[in-house]
Amino acid sequence: MGLDALAAACCVLPVLISLLAVRLVYVLWRSGQPSAGSPTAGLRCLIVLGSGGHTAEMMNIVTAVQKDRFTPRYYVAALTDNMSLQKAQVYEQSLIQSGEETIKNAHFMQIYRSREVGQSYITSIATTLLATLHAMWLVVRIRPQVIFCNGPGTCFPLCVSAFILKVLGLGWSSIFYIESIARVKKLSLSGLLLYKLRIADQFFVQWPQLQQQYPRACYADRLM
Amino acid sequence: MGGRERRMVFVTVGTTCFDALVKAVDSEEVKEALLHKGYTELLVQMGRGTYIPSKVSANSALQVDYFTFSQSIADYIREASLVISHAGSGSIFETLRLGKPLIVVVNEDLMDNHQSELAEELADRKHLLCARPQTLQETVKAMDLNNLLPYMPGDAKQVVTRINKFLGFPDD
Repeated sequence: MGLDALAAACCVLPVLISLLAVRLVYVLWRSGQPSAGSPTAGLRCLIVLGSGGHTAEMMNIVTAVQKDRFTPRYYVAALTDNMSLQKAQVYEQSLIQSGEETIKNAHFMQIYRSREVGQSYITSIATTLLATLHAMWLVVRIRPQVIFCNGPGTCFPLCVSAFILKVLGLGWSSIFYIESIARVKKLSLSGLLLYKLRIADQFFVQWPQLQQQYPRACYADRLM
Repeated sequence: MGGRERRMVFVTVGTTCFDALVKAVDSEEVKEALLHKGYTELLVQMGRGTYIPSKVSANSALQVDYFTFSQSIADYIREASLVISHAGSGSIFETLRLGKPLIVVVNEDLMDNHQSELAEELADRKHLLCARPQTLQETVKAMDLNNLLPYMPGDAKQVVTRINKFLGFPDD
């Protein structure tokens, strides 16, 4: 009986893997394509914030987009980042006060960090796994249609989780990555991974030197 | 003090620990160089640093004060005639957007120092001066702030237009 089950698995497994491979190729191709139609309602969006200059740059993007096109907005920051969510909350509050938003369309969440600054690489493996599981959980809960991120380490597990869901056919997120303005000659690790693995639908850089090095990237001036 | 115009130098290390910069700024040579250039006051935001600048100087013509953190340093930047900053992009762009002359000092003790890329690029484009803690005195002595070019701030419009287009939203 055990042998029968094994034989069945040997038949089914290659089929499953082939299906996944085909689906992967399709997702990679379709991700790079602009949308054929026009969205009829607001797109649910996940905004990844980060310490250092990341949140300031990200908020520049959020203030510039039309709010009714990107709503509801889910802001995510690392657990140890105290200030980023606060900045986002202040901004969303100002929208309600100025009357631009009538209801609270913003949600604020925290995520485990893959690696703290200075943490040893050995322990980082365990924390990265934990962060990835947490990221997957958040993405499944939120099911974002759009993801905005600009480089903090927290964005990689979130983007990978969203990509995996895409391949499994459980949701479709358009991932927009904008490399930080501080990256002039080299991409950050998150950026490099998302670029090479083609996980981002659109990849922006803020300096022309980077666009020359990474031809699939889009140079659209600087955010600051 | 007489009728001497107040010219303050604001030193900021953001949320980091950058004792090498605070020490350099606290040195007699750098203070001399700043005095020689007509500055009257030195205000140091020392962040998480452990080195405390001395308020008493051999040459007490330069007023020195310091603090650790502030909710917003924008007001201090606005009051300053010169800003000396660590190479964090936030501090750099906040200063450039307020149109203040800026010397960026790169922290060589940081691992993976990508910050120096930004400082060097902006220095190449003549928007600021770049120095290391050991070369700060020379930089101050040799600087001609009239050679600096104003920085035109960018904005997110181009990125947002591309994103809208990609998602199929109609043109604004």
